[in-house]
Amino acid sequence: MKVRQISVFLENKSGRLLEVCQCLARENVNIRALSIAETADYGVLRLIVDDPGRALGTLSKEKFTVSETEVIAVEVPDEPGGMAGVLAPLYSANVNIEYIYCFVEKSGESAIVVFRVEQLDQAIKALQNGGYKVMREEDVYRI
Amino acid sequence: MEYFNSVEVMERGKLDDLKLERLGASVDRLYDKVSFYKEKLEEVGFKPGDVTSLEDLKDLPFTYKEDLRDNYPFGLFSVPMRDVVRIHASSGTTGKPTVVGYTSGDIEVWADLVARTIVASGGNPDDVVQVAYGYGLFTGGLGLHYGVEMLGATALPMSGGNTKRQIRMMVDFGSTILCCTPSYALNITEVMQEMGVKRDEIKLKSGILGAEPWSDEMRVQIEENLKISAHDIYGLSEVVGPGVSIECGEKHGLHVFEDCFIAEVIDPRTGEVLPAGEPGELVFTNINKQALSLLRYRTRDITRLIEEPCPCGRTHIRMERVTGRTDDMLIIRGVNVFPSQVETVLMQIPGVSPYYKLVVDRVDNLDILEVQVEVSSEVFSDEIKRLEQLEKRIGDEVQSYLGLGVKVRLMEPRSIQRSEGKAVRVADNRKI
Repeated sequence: MKVRQISVFLENKSGRLLEVCQCLARENVNIRALSIAETADYGVLRLIVDDPGRALGTLSKEKFTVSETEVIAVEVPDEPGGMAGVLAPLYSANVNIEYIYCFVEKSGESAIVVFRVEQLDQAIKALQNGGYKVMREEDVYRI
Repeated sequence: MEYFNSVEVMERGKLDDLKLERLGASVDRLYDKVSFYKEKLEEVGFKPGDVTSLEDLKDLPFTYKEDLRDNYPFGLFSVPMRDVVRIHASSGTTGKPTVVGYTSGDIEVWADLVARTIVASGGNPDDVVQVAYGYGLFTGGLGLHYGVEMLGATALPMSGGNTKRQIRMMVDFGSTILCCTPSYALNITEVMQEMGVKRDEIKLKSGILGAEPWSDEMRVQIEENLKISAHDIYGLSEVVGPGVSIECGEKHGLHVFEDCFIAEVIDPRTGEVLPAGEPGELVFTNINKQALSLLRYRTRDITRLIEEPCPCGRTHIRMERVTGRTDDMLIIRGVNVFPSQVETVLMQIPGVSPYYKLVVDRVDNLDILEVQVEVSSEVFSDEIKRLEQLEKRIGDEVQSYLGLGVKVRLMEPRSIQRSEGKAVRVADNRKI
């Protein structure tokens, strides 16, 4: 149920993001979802890819600062109230959300939202009890 | 081997007699041979034979770096050029280079001094000594080299740079002692890891590291990373080069070889000699050098002298490791900052790499000190708030140590330039 997310530290320097993406392209790694959080001096790029192990290997070899974090990916109905609906059970279960971002593609009628939370297992349980589909790791990489 | 030359353990009273005898002869000789000194000595009413006690030294004139430059290139030499067998010179990045000369006797004394430093660092004639200080006009490379040969150990004259080759040779030739700047020792460690060279492939046991100020925390880092005993060596070309003083196994201060140099610590503002133990500017007087012998040379290095006897048995006085040069000192919003102070703070924060740079700028008439630090994978987090906490922690700790607010900038690994000699730690972009 947990999905491996790769984070990369990027100085705010032109071309750095391009270099990360070129590095992944050379290794034939496909980016499934991404988000960037930024401050004045640097940013953190977060990625879901089809082959996290390979991505991690090549990025470390190219001397990027990388880390791996577990996140969850949830199918959320693509309709008004969809997002509110998925947040409610997490709130009830006292799960703190650090950040979220969405997949570019949809899976059928649903959007896929990535959650980075403090209490992973609690969150998964709360979502499943609320009737949400928490995606399996291999399905996420295959989207 | 406990020491190289028996003079290192000479009884204190005898050592002082030797110092006095050599000081008197040295000053008289300068009066006689160097017009610059004759003039200066006459200004203070000195006449040959006047030095009758070591106390008399404090009344003699200082020599400044500018004096060497004003008398460029050979004006302060006290022997004819036919007796000079070697010239060294500083890089001269801040003006004319400082030129120094040696007679063949000077070279021999210098080699003896360096041999003493190698033994004090745990070396003996069986060692293979990799000299990774630059060979050339800089005194580091050739200075160490002659000392290794004087000791009868094996010199590996690598000079600086070409780090991968340094490591291959270290593996293939079984180097046991590494001589280089501390920042280069760190660089070598890092490249060794990249090359996948394991610790048991090298035979290194100690490092003779110097030519730039470094902190005790940096020593711990180097000793842990390379699994060696790291010894601080001190010297400056004006006085002789490396070999003026060295840390023995006690690693509590560096023994100044007093049979060749008299050390004083003065108040840099008033020029008054400070009581032993007080920090101030280090001043050296050559008492066993022929070609270029300096009287009360102002080093601009800040340290203090330790008079207590050392358990190692050497009777020569110790100086605390130099943590800063008045030249490197930054004055930011009225606060004196030495790069080594920032280093001390950074090394105490887990996961912070030893690579850092200080960038000073003036924005709207206010000095800003930016501390650039590399983010290792160890401390990197996908959460911005954790990175901000790290920035804040570094900023807070530097502030509480220096009493100065700084801006911390997290950098990508390897984005701060690696040193192959003297590390450049400061960029002062202020236009004043």
